Amino acid sequence: MIAIVDYGVGNLASVRKALRAVGHDAELVRDHARLREARALVLPGVGHFGYCSREFNRFELGPVINDAHARGVPILGICVGMQLFFEGSEEAEDAPGLGLLAGRVRKMRDVPRLPQIGWNEVRVSGSHPWLGSGDGWYYFVHSYVAEPDADVTLGTVDYAGARTAIVGTDGLLGVQFHPEKSGPAGLRLLDSFARAVA
Amino acid sequence: MSVAKRVIACLDVRAGKVVKSVRFVDTRDVGDAIEFARRYNDEGVDELLFLDINASHERRRTAVEFAAQVADQMFIPFTVGGGIASADAAGEILRTGADKVAVNSAAVRDPALISQIAERYGSQACVLSIDARRSGAAFEVVIDGGRVTTGKDAVAWARDGVARGAGEVLLNSIDRDGTKLGFDLEMTSAISEVVDVPVIASGGASSAEDFVTLFRETGADAGLAASIFHYRELTIPDVKAAIAAAGIHVRPAEAFVRR
Repeated sequence: MIAIVDYGVGNLASVRKALRAVGHDAELVRDHARLREARALVLPGVGHFGYCSREFNRFELGPVINDAHARGVPILGICVGMQLFFEGSEEAEDAPGLGLLAGRVRKMRDVPRLPQIGWNEVRVSGSHPWLGSGDGWYYFVHSYVAEPDADVTLGTVDYAGARTAIVGTDGLLGVQFHPEKSGPAGLRLLDSFARAVA
Repeated sequence: MSVAKRVIACLDVRAGKVVKSVRFVDTRDVGDAIEFARRYNDEGVDELLFLDINASHERRRTAVEFAAQVADQMFIPFTVGGGIASADAAGEILRTGADKVAVNSAAVRDPALISQIAERYGSQACVLSIDARRSGAAFEVVIDGGRVTTGKDAVAWARDGVARGAGEVLLNSIDRDGTKLGFDLEMTSAISEVVDVPVIASGGASSAEDFVTLFRETGADAGLAASIFHYRELTIPDVKAAIAAAGIHVRPAEAFVRR
């Protein structure tokens, strides 16, 4: 089972529908025992990092996700879900991330407009077993962006400079954009992930 | 480089049926509304806008069930507008999977509605929809589908709405609506020059060249059309190809193959 981590935040239903549209079943799961049974996890998130972090921790999901990662369970993070992989965010300095990846999330500076809303083209610079080609046009809605300390960036988007769009390492893949709202390219990415973890 | 310019298809919906335009009645059943939405999605449109005309007129809430039906089949961003008069009503729509709500007449009557929606769901989820027409050298806001004049200056209202938290301005020219004379470039520029959020121009598009001109000559981020797509006078790929050929940053229309 692919479990979409349900902490009441984000486009949960949209992610599930998008996975279904490419032939993969997924469940919205909050229960810790059920999460431990999942063969792969999708961590969504949208809006304010502080709110997401607080809700995530209110359901005491940190240890469950960390444990899954330690056991090698594949995890896909979407938008703020991906930002939660990092240590924290400038958007809410007191709200912790999972710290699975070194680095922080910072406000984009010297950009024409905040948030970046709309379609932009991702250039893939690295490979990952779940990513497929990864190239394509995706839908972005964000003001903050991950700044990894280690070399985990797999793709960037040009928004007044190269911004992190895809990160990945063993057992983790994170995307800043919304694949569930990114038409054919987004569905390809979700399909690629679901197939790889099947 | 910035985000791509967007091509948006609008579906005017009345009691679940697609209608040609605000002023024209053309009855089709609800299946058709979904059918059109699917077609635009599959042709590669960047975004969809559903305007529930009846809801605005009778001050009813927009049909949540309709939005949910749309969300089941759309894998691109979509906005729902029409008759949304409270943050709770906006929340109901957003929970179906809609990305944004558009507020129009209700926001003119109670501007606090904008900040209430923006504070709860974020500015990116709140579109200020302005129907405006020329009035001498200025542009005047009209409401209730163009039936009621307000005496409000459209440029000042756009600035005020954005200050209150609107994350986008959808500017519909009542003068150009249904005329096929092209977008009102002057009005679009007047608004896009005073706000720092994306402006969607609407009303009057009849050709791919109208979109090219819009993006060349104004600061608009998106162009919206309804009937020309509805009656297949133009397809989404036609419009996108023309915009790209003009050297403007746009997402290529990629056919969407359903399984």
